[in-house]
Amino acid sequence: MFIEPLVVSALLFAIGMVGVLLRRNAIVIFMSIELMLNAVNLSFVAISKFVGVEAQIFVIFVMTVAAAEAAVGLAIIIAIFRHYGSVDVRNFRLLRW
Amino acid sequence: MELSQLVFYVFAGLALTSSLFMVTRQNPVYSAMWLVLTLFSIAGMFVLLEAHFLAALQVVVYAGAILVLFLFVIMLLNLGHDFEPDLKGKFWWVFGGGLGLVLFAELFVAINDAPMSSDIDMLTPWLRERGAVAGVAEPLFQNYVVAIEVTGVLLLVAMVGAVVIAKLKAE
Repeated sequence: MFIEPLVVSALLFAIGMVGVLLRRNAIVIFMSIELMLNAVNLSFVAISKFVGVEAQIFVIFVMTVAAAEAAVGLAIIIAIFRHYGSVDVRNFRLLRW
Repeated sequence: MELSQLVFYVFAGLALTSSLFMVTRQNPVYSAMWLVLTLFSIAGMFVLLEAHFLAALQVVVYAGAILVLFLFVIMLLNLGHDFEPDLKGKFWWVFGGGLGLVLFAELFVAINDAPMSSDIDMLTPWLRERGAVAGVAEPLFQNYVVAIEVTGVLLLVAMVGAVVIAKLKAE
């Protein structure tokens, strides 16, 4: 059982990317990014049988960075909500030319 | 078919369907709930792939900490009741779905090209010798000790940054 987890991981990554493309709610976009990180974690765990325990250690670092990213990203979302009164990404056009 | 394989398929199907629901639900609270289910089924797959420590970590860190943070922000901003419908239009569905399929096809081809040698098993003897936690913790605190310290500093910086960004400005 080696190929199945990798296929599941690819599918989850694709679903997460579709979520980022299709949603306008910044929080749901964020959740889709978390889903993509989890898909990558799953493929790391799947290949750890062949490359040793180092792959699982990578997953620990990915989880840590994901936690940091979630904290900072949600703080940014709160600041934006305070400014615009909404988390719709259509409002975030200050840097758009 | 072995029982463990069957259980793996159950968890895989659960993860895929609940992630699809997560992407398509309009209410962000429901999206978060489906994401919890997805993360739990990924933790179940971790168990079946002999990453017991990571499965526990997945439940504690993701489902326990990060998702609570998400729900906390959703409820703080009161996005649960009068959410605006936020799915993009038809064109974006075709574009996004097509791009997702292309990405999946690409990943699938890459996976199929990978060398298949299913008789190698570097993980099970290692973990059997040391145990599920020590097998991960020993290299983490010997070979990767600098990396883990740097990660700790990163967490501290992220925490301070989050507090500074989310703080109400005194005007």
